[in-house]
Amino acid sequence: MEGQSKLASFETAVLPHLDAAYNLARWLTRNDADAEDVVQEAYLRAFRFFGGFHGEDGRAWLLGIVRNTSYTWMQQNRSAQLNTPLDDEQHEVKSDDLNPEALLLQKADAQMLRQAVEELPLEFREVLVLRELDEMSYKQIAVVADLPLGTVMSRLARARKRLQQILASHTQTEVLS
Amino acid sequence: MSCQITQEFLHAYVDGELDLARSLEVEQHMQECQACASAYHNQTALRSAFKDSSLYHSAPPKLEKRIRSSLRREAKSEVGRRLFGWRWLPVAAMALILVLGLVIWRAVPGLRPSGDEFLAQEMVSNHVRSLQLESHRTDVISSDQHTVKPWFDGKLDFAPPVKDFSSQGFPLLGGRLEYLNNRAVAALIYQRQKHYINLYIWPAEQSNATSEVGTKRQGYNLLHWTNSGMTYWAISDLNGVELHEFARLVQQAQ
Repeated sequence: MEGQSKLASFETAVLPHLDAAYNLARWLTRNDADAEDVVQEAYLRAFRFFGGFHGEDGRAWLLGIVRNTSYTWMQQNRSAQLNTPLDDEQHEVKSDDLNPEALLLQKADAQMLRQAVEELPLEFREVLVLRELDEMSYKQIAVVADLPLGTVMSRLARARKRLQQILASHTQTEVLS
Repeated sequence: MSCQITQEFLHAYVDGELDLARSLEVEQHMQECQACASAYHNQTALRSAFKDSSLYHSAPPKLEKRIRSSLRREAKSEVGRRLFGWRWLPVAAMALILVLGLVIWRAVPGLRPSGDEFLAQEMVSNHVRSLQLESHRTDVISSDQHTVKPWFDGKLDFAPPVKDFSSQGFPLLGGRLEYLNNRAVAALIYQRQKHYINLYIWPAEQSNATSEVGTKRQGYNLLHWTNSGMTYWAISDLNGVELHEFARLVQQAQ
């Protein structure tokens, strides 16, 4: 593929997923300007690797690159956040604790939910965003987040429990204040 | 299905990732188990909270513009890299070596035959051929310069000076048309005892006169000079001294 024709087919296949790319980068970096830089860089990388893309799932392919670019960017700019590797077990929540949260969730407004998701550890945040906002299948999430399929399910489960925990603590704080 | 297993599959069930058989088991269990049913409602509540909250960050419109222009730049430089990139490096290096070689070959006199050397080789071949057969020697046989000179008229785009030097021991035998140095030239043939001299004449490229330059090839002596707008090449198996004497006669005659 040469210059213009490569650019044209790239724009057709990959540019429509710009919102998904920005959404993921924005949730991972938690900052507008950083997300824009990451997405631009990811698109350039994607364009360079476009020869290796054979028209499968353009969105999952692009989001994988966006994720990697975000991680690289954060390593360079905010290495402190990445230095605590996630131990899935560490965040295990007993299911007994979860029962009152259905009610709390109904009270939680959008702002609260947004804040709670932002507080999640990076690895939980990304699977949750891919599942709940991009409505990706486990298989797609496995591709994007470079995880075994089985890990996607267990990590999502933990991410949700953790989120509910955060929401619960916020709602309680609000009720008390 | 136990509570533990149900809880394990609950997320896959909520996400629509569970196969039909297991889904039915989970549903059946939830009808019997309040705790698991409540956990399921938690999950669906969370899912709908996400749906209702518009947490999706859409890309700002300026970002698309920015990306499109950076992609165009990248596409251009990629074409540039492809044309002049590493793939072409061996080819480019080879071409450079060839060009450098040619430049050196042309610039260093010792490495290449000069124009004069090519010409000298041509002269020798022509001289040898003219002597192989008597019929090759002359197109017009005459020791009379007034016969030979008009013979060239209309056959060449110039009028070669023709002189007989019989009295000096170099009789004129005749004249020939030749094609040398990429043009038609006049060839005059002289004799010195048993030796023959070919004198080739054509208009000089430069008008300034140059003095005699002598070379030796395959046993033949060659002398060439430019005088009165004509280039002269004299070639013979005659010794250098006598050929030089002949050359001097030709130059003095003009």
